[in-house]
Amino acid sequence: MSTTPPPAPPAASPDCAGAQALAGPRPRSLTDLFVSFTVLALQGFGGVLPVVQREIVERKRWLTQEEFVEDWAVAQIMPGPNVINLAMMIGARWFGLAGAMTAVAGMIAVPLVVVLLLAAAHARFADHPAVAGALRGMAAVSAGLIAAAGLKLSSALATNPMKLPLAAGLASVGFVLLAWVRVPLVWVLPVLGGLGCALAWRGLRP
Amino acid sequence: MIAPQLVLGWNDWLSLFVHYLMLSLMSIGGAISTSADMQRYLVEDKGWLSGAQFSDSIALAQAAPGPNVLFVALLGWHVGLNTGSLGAAFAGVALTMVGIMLPSTIFTYQAAQWAYRNRDLRAVRAFKQGMAPVVIGMLLATSWLLASAGPAKSNWPLWLLAALSCLVIWRTRLHLLWMLGAGAMLGAFGLV
Repeated sequence: MSTTPPPAPPAASPDCAGAQALAGPRPRSLTDLFVSFTVLALQGFGGVLPVVQREIVERKRWLTQEEFVEDWAVAQIMPGPNVINLAMMIGARWFGLAGAMTAVAGMIAVPLVVVLLLAAAHARFADHPAVAGALRGMAAVSAGLIAAAGLKLSSALATNPMKLPLAAGLASVGFVLLAWVRVPLVWVLPVLGGLGCALAWRGLRP
Repeated sequence: MIAPQLVLGWNDWLSLFVHYLMLSLMSIGGAISTSADMQRYLVEDKGWLSGAQFSDSIALAQAAPGPNVLFVALLGWHVGLNTGSLGAAFAGVALTMVGIMLPSTIFTYQAAQWAYRNRDLRAVRAFKQGMAPVVIGMLLATSWLLASAGPAKSNWPLWLLAALSCLVIWRTRLHLLWMLGAGAMLGAFGLV
């Protein structure tokens, strides 16, 4: 969840549904789009976002840095896997719905096969103590990785309109309810999220 | 923890699908932020997966290339495999992946344009900023549940490894693959 305000509107608006002709480099075809997203998804270990930024913005220059940040902010506040949302929005820029579906398919199809093959290999060797140990070690690192993502995002709470103590309090209550009390998310998210939106709304009072 | 042996009826598959459809619309901050709820549903309430299968699925998906949401496919895969059928495993993948992606992508596709045009509206900003703390709480809860799953419970080196990797990834720009590799090595040699 980004608190970075979107920069000034760029000349070409990054509409999701609009298949408008944008200046500058662009994917040549749906095939190009599919292959590009497949290749970049296969480079992303532990997270694809940095790879999307490097490939799409820095190497292919399909998006400017500003356009990328705006799309990313929207992808993050929408429900759904963030990187999938982002791929969909990028694909939709040039090819509308077909582009959105192609980019998402590129992101998912081949990596899904790879991950299922890995799972099958893991099932065969799961009884081997070294394999079990390796998985145990990687799971611990994954736990740390997710916590780190939470901590990185939490630095944004300092500029939250509801003020840091309230924001930190909401985050802590959410943590306790989900991790320790084990309240279903379907209760926690609307209630705490609604409270958060109300507090932020109040804090944004002009 | 031994994998459960399952017999799943149509209503079980349907409730799995519906649960993922619902989680899809709640997965603000990414699919991983709803995994605490997946753990509660699949492992604790339904008993369709063992705790170890759950954390292994996340660890495998993190170690594999591609978007993190693929851990959802592995959860569906293992639920299906626990019924003893490969076809059911593929059905599990299809149901969980379509479930977690379909509502959110339709919604996002429609909403992205609107949200961009109205990004200065107070309501849009209040939604963005108001959800932020809860999303952070969700991520930290996920991390906690992963770290405390299965054999990690009384294993302080594992906790230390999780805490250290959190610190390194939070504070440095080191590639995640190095940390996952280090974790795999430490585990393979029985050090954690």
